[in-house]
Amino acid sequence: MKVLVPVKRVIDYNVKVRVRADGSGVDLANVKMSMNPFDEIAVEEAIRLKEAGTATEVVAVSIGVKQAQETLRTALAMGADRAILVVASEDVHQDIEPLAVAKILAGVVKDEAPGLVLCGKQAIDNDMNATGQMLAALLGWGQATFASELKVEGETATVTREVDGGLQAISVRMPAVVTVDLRMNEPRYASLPNIMKAKKKPLEEKTPADYGVDVAPRLTVIKTTEPASRKAGVVAKSVDELVDMIKGAGLV
Amino acid sequence: MAVLLLADVSEGKLVRDAVAKALSAVAPLGEVHVLVAGQGGDAAAAEAATLQGVSKVLFAGDHAYCHGMAEPTAALVVGLASGYSHVAAPATADAKNILPRVAALLDVMVITDVTAIQGADTFERPIYAGNAIQTVKSSDPVKVLTIRTAGFEAAPAGGSAPVEAVPGAQDPGLSQWIEDRVAHSGRPELTSAPVVVSGGRGIGSKEGFEIVEKLADKLGAAVGASRAAVDAGYAPNDWQVGQTGKVVAPNLYVALGISGAIQHLAGMKDSKFIVAINKDAEAPIFQVADFGLVADLFTAVPELTEKL
Ligand SMILES: Cc1cc2nc3c(=O)[nH]c(=O)nc-3n(C[C@H](O)[C@H](O)[C@H](O)COP(=O)(O)OP(=O)(O)OC[C@H]3O[C@@H](n4cnc5c(N)ncnc54)[C@H](O)[C@@H]3O)c2cc1C
Ligand SMILES: Nc1ncnc2c1ncn2[C@@H]1O[C@H](COP(=O)(O)O)[C@@H](O)[C@H]1O
Repeated sequence: MKVLVPVKRVIDYNVKVRVRADGSGVDLANVKMSMNPFDEIAVEEAIRLKEAGTATEVVAVSIGVKQAQETLRTALAMGADRAILVVASEDVHQDIEPLAVAKILAGVVKDEAPGLVLCGKQAIDNDMNATGQMLAALLGWGQATFASELKVEGETATVTREVDGGLQAISVRMPAVVTVDLRMNEPRYASLPNIMKAKKKPLEEKTPADYGVDVAPRLTVIKTTEPASRKAGVVAKSVDELVDMIKGAGLV
Repeated sequence: MAVLLLADVSEGKLVRDAVAKALSAVAPLGEVHVLVAGQGGDAAAAEAATLQGVSKVLFAGDHAYCHGMAEPTAALVVGLASGYSHVAAPATADAKNILPRVAALLDVMVITDVTAIQGADTFERPIYAGNAIQTVKSSDPVKVLTIRTAGFEAAPAGGSAPVEAVPGAQDPGLSQWIEDRVAHSGRPELTSAPVVVSGGRGIGSKEGFEIVEKLADKLGAAVGASRAAVDAGYAPNDWQVGQTGKVVAPNLYVALGISGAIQHLAGMKDSKFIVAINKDAEAPIFQVADFGLVADLFTAVPELTEKL
């Protein structure tokens, strides 16, 4: 079984995001970019499936600017076998919408015929939480989202999902799309020798046109603004003072 | 213009707070029809019909729609979508699972976690863990939205809409429900509670969470947690507040032993009042807290519980 892992290049989760003063978006020039944290977890899980003998090959795919090559090299250094880069934009500030990404991924799936697509649950830049579900829809496949545990046996995947009330277990017929949540595993760091080896692994370049997909956005961003800010309040000197403050504000 | 609002149903019951808040959010868009799906959901459908602002309840009472299974429920919604300008749902885990699938089947973009509706095609949503707010205008023929309910008032009772049975779509049989592992604490529900008391890594152990729970019980509050506390096994996953957990906006949010990482703030910084107890005066949580106390929580919290 082949596993396809879509990985997105996003602003590093430690970077403090700066909204541009003119409202045109978030400043992404010269900031540290990394693999979306959920996607690292998906890559890790795919590699573990290969190590367990369940998967035969792990293919990482990224859609975006040319620089997403680096993100794919990270996936290769972690242990993915091959990578596909779909260059869909020249401007780091142009985000490709989940619907277009899902359409391109559906094209990649047609070519590659994986038994499983392991996506992240959510990209931490646009916070959409949509691509995996959209891909499953376009393919007519089953989906198991927000997974914290995955077991693959024959033609079925049994998945534990993180839901509002706690946990839910479902099984999906494969091929299927699984989107991973944060508690599925701890992704490994790539070792130096593996980083060197990754430079020689195959990385194929494509364009959206190769899959017949139009990436024109359906949503026009009118403006991007800073959220309402909060001011630091008062610090109590003792529990008694805190109790007075809480009571004084009519909170209890 | 009319809105099809997919109701959240959990264990046969209407998730009333979420549905009532999503209802107020979408009401300005036009007539609202609420879809209740799932065998045995008759009572949920009847309850939805009492919400003010609902003009009709559609009820699809098939077993396939129980447990929020995405493939059959998305097929059902798509089958009903023609004639609606908007398909919406509160941004619960179930809706986040189902509505992007619906949108893709309709060949439109989904607009998730909407915090404000400015017009029929213009919406606000947070991005980058709430560090920026984006206003987007959709050019799609149908708008598919999930509503972040924390900022909306719940629609009151007092309505009496008709309930109409609708035929179900075929279950594609791609996935199967096995079990729900849901704990019932008897406390208020996290996303709708007026007071939330949350613990972080500073709580130090599963047993330590008793301190958090005691204060919560004193205040009649729901209990929350940071991701670090959940990852460490101190608290169950459904208590997680933040970018990838639940979003809450209670009257009072009490953060105990939580540093205040942006991913945590994303889930609680719209609370009306924030109280923080942390032993580190430099902890970023104090930058958003209205009232703070720099102290060891193991002594301060029991004393606070006692004195409140
Ligand atoms: C993609 C992604 C998504 C994430 N999503 C979320 C999310 O949804 N929710 C979330 O919470 N986090 C999330 N995180 C994690 C987040 O970045 C932080 O790691 C996490 O919030 C830290 O939790 P904490 O504040 O409990 O722990 P810490 O940062 O370790 O803070 C513990 C605090 O406790 C204090 N403390 C310790 N002992 C005591 C004592 N005896 N008395 C008083 N104070 C004490 C310390 O001073 C410290 O400030 C996410 C991270 C990533 C990368
Ligand atoms: N441009 C992209 N390239 C590759 N994978 C992506 C891209 N956008 C989204 N994904 C995948 O879809 C998941 C969810 O993203 P989103 O729906 O944008 O929140 C991510 O965690 C990735 O696995």
